[in-house]
Amino acid sequence: MNERRHFIKKAAGSLAALGGLSLLHRSGLAVATGEEEATIMDALPGKEALIKKTYRPPNYETPVNYFDAPFTPNNRFFVRYHNAVIPEVKAGEWRLRIGGDALRSPLELTLEQMRRDFKPVEIAALCLCSGNRRSFFEPKVPGIQWGSGAMGNARWRGVRLKDVLAAAGIGKSALEVSLDGADSGVLKTTPDFIKSLPLAKALDENTLIAFEMNGEPLPHWNGFPARLIIPGWTATYWMKHLTAVNVMSKAFDGFWMKTAYRIPKDRFTSGQFSSQETGSAMPITEMLVNSLITNVEDGQSLPANKAMEIKGVAWDGGNGIAQVEVSTNGGVTWHQATLKQDYGRFSWRQWHFSFEPKRLGAYLIMARATSQSGASQPLEPIPNPSGYHHNAVQKITIKLA
Amino acid sequence: MRTLLVLSSLFAATATAGENQIILKDRPGKNQVIAQCAICHSPDYITQHATILDRAGWEKTVGKMINIMGAPINDYDKQIIIDYLAQNYGK
Repeated sequence: MNERRHFIKKAAGSLAALGGLSLLHRSGLAVATGEEEATIMDALPGKEALIKKTYRPPNYETPVNYFDAPFTPNNRFFVRYHNAVIPEVKAGEWRLRIGGDALRSPLELTLEQMRRDFKPVEIAALCLCSGNRRSFFEPKVPGIQWGSGAMGNARWRGVRLKDVLAAAGIGKSALEVSLDGADSGVLKTTPDFIKSLPLAKALDENTLIAFEMNGEPLPHWNGFPARLIIPGWTATYWMKHLTAVNVMSKAFDGFWMKTAYRIPKDRFTSGQFSSQETGSAMPITEMLVNSLITNVEDGQSLPANKAMEIKGVAWDGGNGIAQVEVSTNGGVTWHQATLKQDYGRFSWRQWHFSFEPKRLGAYLIMARATSQSGASQPLEPIPNPSGYHHNAVQKITIKLA
Repeated sequence: MRTLLVLSSLFAATATAGENQIILKDRPGKNQVIAQCAICHSPDYITQHATILDRAGWEKTVGKMINIMGAPINDYDKQIIIDYLAQNYGK
């Protein structure tokens, strides 16, 4: 019991150090009782403190206050693994094997060869876990109970997957491209985390094998020395510690494609990945239009200033953001927020909105993004069995005193 | 027995310092849960689902761990584990 109290105190100390005092109340940490899980801040080796969801495999999300910057710091970038064996890959020993039954001449490349032989490309793109905000679904669904922090925006630098595949020669029968990383399960019987892409997405000029993130080598926990970047698609395809790419004439039928990361066809737009679709389900692919308020939290009390500022970020699957509207009265009236610098259609877009409060008391703040394609956020999340694609308009009550 | 020894040492080698602070409820079945479930993952995967899974949900989850994730849990232990989870971490 003493040990547990000490532990909570320690976690509370780290949170307070982050300036997230109000978080203590929101998470219930200050009054942690019963079955409610306390918020625990913990730092993986080489990382700064993040919100721990699970220790092993490591699943950690970024506190929302770090989303105030256009690019998320590498040492605060979220961490997500499916399997617990995560070798520390040495750059000099790393090899990427390009193979598969629909490839003309298999290749094995070193990091040096990759950097030397292919044109460097840099893209700003949001990396977003498919299950981000899963904990906000009602009724609750099983899976890592992510809050809003399983995402981050970064500048990714590497080479095009299509250039590497062209060097090996793609056969006429190619249908999908599978991706494997160095991580694996503890037991040999556990399915390896392998994903596949439709050929067209693998050959998209924006699909990269990245070595750098925000001008630095990838952190170990974010895929060192190389990972896939599929701008606009959720992070499940962004294979970390990439070791093998196989061009295949058949649809990959492993657990992580056939069973996991799937969404019902009748509730989401299909057509992105026909070789993996069945009558009723398809793989999750493109991110939906979404936004997040980053500078105030639900239940927060604030001193009533002459001008109050609401800040946040907005993104979609690659069309770009057309507008963000903010309401301060629970959706009765909406006002245009100002969009900040555009770093490209795959980056999130920062926005801000100022208003002059005419009275003290509670304000129900909402933000709604619309993409260049005309899609906009729903008021309620779209129910689906695994709790993906939560993109409902947030409802945040602040109290001005 | 030999398998069990190998597995325990594997767990000891991979458990993180943080997860050792997670204390599961001290009720019958806890030993089986630690011995089997914690081979592959920390027990916060269990506590995190306490308000989410009912008995049917825990049955489905343990079944998934055995049939899909390859957990080597025999039918006898499976029932003990499901009972422990449903009784102590059930919705």
